[in-house]
Amino acid sequence: MSPASARPRVGLFATCLVDLFRPSVGFAAAKLLEEAGCEVLVPPQTCCGQPAFNSGDRLSARDLALQVMDAFSGCDYIVAPSGSCTGQMVKHFPELFDEPQLAMRARAFAAKTFELVSFLTDVLKVTSVEATYEGRVTYHDSCSGLRELGIQSQPRALLATVKGLELVEMKESDVCCGFGGTFAAKYGEISDAIVTKKTAHVSESGAPLLLAGDLGCLMNMAGKITRQGKEIDVRHVAEVLAGMCDEPPIAARKEMRR
Amino acid sequence: MTLHPTTPDFKDNAHQALHDPELQKALGHVQHGFIYKRQSAVERLPEFETLRESARDLKNHVLQNLDLYLETYERNVTSSGGQVHFARTSAEACETIVNICKSHGAKSVTKGKSMVSEEIGLNAAIEAAGMQAVETDLGEYIIQLRGETPSHIIAPAVHLTKEQVEGDFRRVHTHLDGARDLSEPVQLLTEARGVLREKFLAADVGITGANFLVAETGTSIIVTNEGNGDLTQSLPKVHIVIASIEKIVPTLEDASLLLRVLARSATGQDMSVYTTLSTGPRRPQDPDGPEHYHVVLVDNGRSAMLGTEFEDMLRCIRCGACMNHCPVYHAIGGHAYGWVYPGPMGAVMTPSLIGVEKGGHLPNASTFCGRCESVCPVKIPLPKLMRHWRENEFERHLTPAVQRFGLKIWGFFAKNPRLYSFATRAAMTTLAWLGRDKGRFASLPLAKGWTDYRDLPAPQGDTFQAQWRKRQQEARR
Repeated sequence: MSPASARPRVGLFATCLVDLFRPSVGFAAAKLLEEAGCEVLVPPQTCCGQPAFNSGDRLSARDLALQVMDAFSGCDYIVAPSGSCTGQMVKHFPELFDEPQLAMRARAFAAKTFELVSFLTDVLKVTSVEATYEGRVTYHDSCSGLRELGIQSQPRALLATVKGLELVEMKESDVCCGFGGTFAAKYGEISDAIVTKKTAHVSESGAPLLLAGDLGCLMNMAGKITRQGKEIDVRHVAEVLAGMCDEPPIAARKEMRR
Repeated sequence: MTLHPTTPDFKDNAHQALHDPELQKALGHVQHGFIYKRQSAVERLPEFETLRESARDLKNHVLQNLDLYLETYERNVTSSGGQVHFARTSAEACETIVNICKSHGAKSVTKGKSMVSEEIGLNAAIEAAGMQAVETDLGEYIIQLRGETPSHIIAPAVHLTKEQVEGDFRRVHTHLDGARDLSEPVQLLTEARGVLREKFLAADVGITGANFLVAETGTSIIVTNEGNGDLTQSLPKVHIVIASIEKIVPTLEDASLLLRVLARSATGQDMSVYTTLSTGPRRPQDPDGPEHYHVVLVDNGRSAMLGTEFEDMLRCIRCGACMNHCPVYHAIGGHAYGWVYPGPMGAVMTPSLIGVEKGGHLPNASTFCGRCESVCPVKIPLPKLMRHWRENEFERHLTPAVQRFGLKIWGFFAKNPRLYSFATRAAMTTLAWLGRDKGRFASLPLAKGWTDYRDLPAPQGDTFQAQWRKRQQEARR
């Protein structure tokens, strides 16, 4: 086997939010994957169907699941910089199909689909990254990644290898930030109470930078932090691991970069 | 107290709860105490995870053979001298109990804590029949004084501060010396204990719930931390057990399996202080016990859940761990849910029992964070069951029109990648330009639900896919 063909073909599922709001996370993910020896493909893609699935629209969720599986059919692996979308593809795609053929296809798809950071550590056996970040950071465990996929130690292990970076744990880092997809808008007041507790814990940690692995949670927390006028930056963990912190933090203006 | 659901007003209830400073103070205890204690109890028992699986399998087995075990249970209660009454509805259950009380000429009825009695509105029925119902669990006693319902299934008064309880005691216990210090919980307990002792001795009928009903022996089991259950069931001449049909377990051995996960999940205790077994009325050689022993088994919608996607919910052993770990419950407390059962288990049970038309908010008011499922001692997939309710609503067009419309638009674009690419590129570049100064929006039309409470981060510019394509093309050149 030639070295070129030995490179795993990894389909990057950017996720809607990264595609639309923060492409830099997609490029950071691609960089991390390429550095770890993967060939990165970005097939035309839209949404994994989670909003439909969680709103009770099972038929749309099925259509979108099939669309995703078709789009990524030529890939050895499918990797997404999100525990939430990965959870949809890994845990819920197989639940969507009663037909044996489709269910089998969904299970096979799920078996080769991974969240970015855990893919690096658990599949590619990456033990360190070539990145530098001077300062303290704190890490929020997003719910789907944590409880559906068991992602907790992996990002911390890689962050520990970023030169100059010190991870300080906030209280209750494993408690929901109140995002919950459409919940944040449908039950905005309750969501607000939950995210207010979260940003208080972030502040108490003393870290000037908050990281997490899901852009939904990050946009919720960043939006609250700026609304509260707190001096805390917010970024996706992939940006720091890839050493790509050139873009302003989430919800921050260019000159506000700290 | 009759239980007219206020669940349709969930959003208003939640709003009030969020602005109630006493409630918010009281809720602080739920967020930390229960969680920490459960965690350390679980860590002390290495086989806890295995026990959860066994508990799940046991309850599944019972649900698959419920008719068999109910008949066995009934036979064994009868042979120990008791009587079993089956009640299909709340009304039937209340009527049965009231009739038993009346037939013994009861004036005063003491009660151990029972959520199913809350569900059927038993206290109101007893009082409407001219008898007095006295709650003997300290928390239940306090909320009865206040004319409230439980806000938590195992800690009914968890929404109150000790200062509020002191105020209630001073208001109702008119014998109290104004100078007496009641500032500490133990002093409040002593005061309640003194008052309740009289009620225990005066009661004609004692009603208890049941944590488990043991088919092989016809035994009912309750756990308490106050011993009030023992006095409720052993002092009066009539003991009535009220329980829902899914409380059955095949054997005492099985009950002990569930007891091992129950208290650890609920309060973080290895065992509750009192685990009380009662089998039939007093036998000649017994030193004490009731002369008459009745069991009222309540269905009230549960058998209709069997064989449906909600059957898993009937495994619930009412430990309260799901609500103890729920960020939504922590924010708003139990009363905002508007009916008997709050938190994640309530979000599934309530629509099952009162209809999704009234209870529909609850399965939607969840972030699906999954913490409830991760601590459930019988591994009920609570988020999945809430999602089933959302599916049920969607199919029946009960989903709010705005949400439905939004989903439809989103679905249309998501299913047409080329249109999606075109539309999202146009939208994101526009938004990025509009938000270029601040990097965020403090308000945005159509996003009020979001921007009322937090800023909306502005997009960086063109979409990732478009930028990626551009780079690939440049690299090829």
